[in-house]
Amino acid sequence: MLYVFVLFLSFWLSSLGAGDAAAQQPAKGTPPAELKLGYLRAHEPRLALSVLDVSPRDEGVAGAEVAISDNNTTGRFLGQAFSLDVAEVKLEADAVPAFRELAGRGATTVLADLSASQLLSVADAARAEGIEIFNIGATDDRLREEDCRANVFHIAPTRSMLADGLAQYLIWKQWPRWALIYGSHEGDRLFADALRRAATRFGGEIVAEKEFADTGTARRTDSGVVQIQRQMPVFTQGLPDHDVLLVADESEVFGTYVPFRTWEPRPVAGTAGLIPTAWHPASEQWGGTQIQNRFAKATGRRMLAKDMSAWTAVRIIGEAATRTRSTDVSQIARFIRSKDFSIAAFKGQKLTFRQWNWQLRQPIFLGDGRSVVSTSPQEGFLHQFSELDTLGIDQPETKCVLK
Amino acid sequence: MPNRTTFAAITLVAGMTCAASGADAFMAYVSNEKDNSVTVVDTVTGAVVKTLPVGQRPRGITISHDGKFIYLCASDDDTIEVIDTETHEIVGQLPSGPDPELFVLSPDGKTLYVANEDDNLVTVIDIESRDVLAEIPVGVEPEGMGISPDGKTMVNTSETTNMAHFIDTDSHEITDNVLVDSRPRFAEFKPDGSEVWVSAEIGGTVSVIDNDSREVKHKITFEIAGLRSEAIQPVGVRITADGKKAYVALGPANRVAVVDTATYKVEKYVLVGQRVWQLAFTPDQKTIISTNGVSNDITFIDVATDEPVQSVTVGSMPWGVVVSPK
Repeated sequence: MLYVFVLFLSFWLSSLGAGDAAAQQPAKGTPPAELKLGYLRAHEPRLALSVLDVSPRDEGVAGAEVAISDNNTTGRFLGQAFSLDVAEVKLEADAVPAFRELAGRGATTVLADLSASQLLSVADAARAEGIEIFNIGATDDRLREEDCRANVFHIAPTRSMLADGLAQYLIWKQWPRWALIYGSHEGDRLFADALRRAATRFGGEIVAEKEFADTGTARRTDSGVVQIQRQMPVFTQGLPDHDVLLVADESEVFGTYVPFRTWEPRPVAGTAGLIPTAWHPASEQWGGTQIQNRFAKATGRRMLAKDMSAWTAVRIIGEAATRTRSTDVSQIARFIRSKDFSIAAFKGQKLTFRQWNWQLRQPIFLGDGRSVVSTSPQEGFLHQFSELDTLGIDQPETKCVLK
Repeated sequence: MPNRTTFAAITLVAGMTCAASGADAFMAYVSNEKDNSVTVVDTVTGAVVKTLPVGQRPRGITISHDGKFIYLCASDDDTIEVIDTETHEIVGQLPSGPDPELFVLSPDGKTLYVANEDDNLVTVIDIESRDVLAEIPVGVEPEGMGISPDGKTMVNTSETTNMAHFIDTDSHEITDNVLVDSRPRFAEFKPDGSEVWVSAEIGGTVSVIDNDSREVKHKITFEIAGLRSEAIQPVGVRITADGKKAYVALGPANRVAVVDTATYKVEKYVLVGQRVWQLAFTPDQKTIISTNGVSNDITFIDVATDEPVQSVTVGSMPWGVVVSPK
């Protein structure tokens, strides 16, 4: 172990030395060193309550492709070339065979947009192959806690980071009393848990809770609006006095129908109304205009949160390849795990990894359908190490033992 | 925009004070990113002389060596506007390529080198003929632009590639790529041409690159008591004509760092306004002016004492500043 550490240290120091030297131009005629990135996603077309919220077919993948192009622009100066190999499986299908095919075709790092259970099976299969996984889709806290893995970098924020980002803003607004309505599916319940935790953590009070059971109603009917206009006030009638109505409906069963239809006139937040997210398609702060323009030009649509997580994952790999001047995955991964690693991702400050579970620290955007309302952490929520660690489960509370 | 009465009154007062003081009066031109205007400020009185309506999202701003024309990047209009400093009229446009953000003028005043953020290009423009002489592919999101005093070497920084690209101005070829810290925003040559200083906004450092070896010889870091390191984001850099002192604008740290160029030690942090980005000296080098984006003002710093002397409210989100010799 000590030997490995010394080896690593000497490598790291030598790479630091190299970092100060002028970048060498690749010799003419030498083929570039190639780095193949895999992209594994669970995908099936899914309806949404609003047609505006139906996922684009290439959600996430498009972000990775824009970053591949960015990496290649940089790679030109260093003789490095990056490519993306995308594989798809069905929701909740066994993802391991598709992963093995990606590995067989030469992918040494794999971006994963999978469910928590799929991700764990892929991570365990990847370990034997020395392949690093970048989780860009799963927000489950358990993947960073009791089920954490040493070969998985989490680029997507957790549900607890999202809920904390929202809660800080509501407390800053001095709107501390919340009523919570949540859906009946697993993701809905987990996000409701994260909101309850956030309330306890930041001094909010959940004055009442109510479950909205999914009874299997069709999402689209011609005159459905008429019924919803009558049902939603009745459903929210009788809640005790509250400042904000929180909604936990990741499953798209009722959340979109809550704003403007409540019994009491109250703002809505959570998975509807004011939504916490890793990126907002209208964010133009901190140089954001540049990535938004680049993305829109390349894809013809706006950049969504999953696109940004995928872009960031590919940029992290590219940044490490640039700084180590290597396309070797073990060197790249060592560099990403070093304490000084950081990445710029149009969020106003450098993003770094939590060393105890490889979760990327990041600000959380709070936006409605049109614009960014705020960005958390909010002013005044302090932390001894990084204010970004006021979002989500912090080191003293972690259940992660990396293995 | 101020109403006409205020406007006339300010101009009158400014005129009177100028005549009375007899000191060298310079005009500072400040590009206001958010309200599509340029504010003209008398550097002796601090009075706003005029507010000029310009193209959309004005950012980079510079001036011809004879002081007759202002060149202004109107980023969202994909053009560079030429403003006559006598009449304050827009008298022409230069073909900038898409989304021009920053540029640098060659020492002979004939060529303009422009960073096109959206296309990963540096565009070289002949000012007299308004021809594009070359488009040089660089890294992702080119921004900072510096030129050596002899005009032979141009340096561009790319914000996502994180490199300083050294370009030979004869061949228009990149000769060296020097890796620096995250989001390099600005490149400034020392007046003797020996070093290039490159700021890194997210990295929080200034890399000093040796212009002979093209290697980073020193990295300047900044520490301000009570401020978390993430808030220290170096952007604009200016070095005095005698080469002895450098000024570094530190963004949301709301301060300008004063650095001794011999020791690379930070001598002082000057508190200015909120989110300080760009800097410009007056031609007599007695004053350096900072643009403070979030507080909508500029601050005059006395170069002899490094004390902030005065702040002047300009337009919305001031971005760049240049001072004319008259």
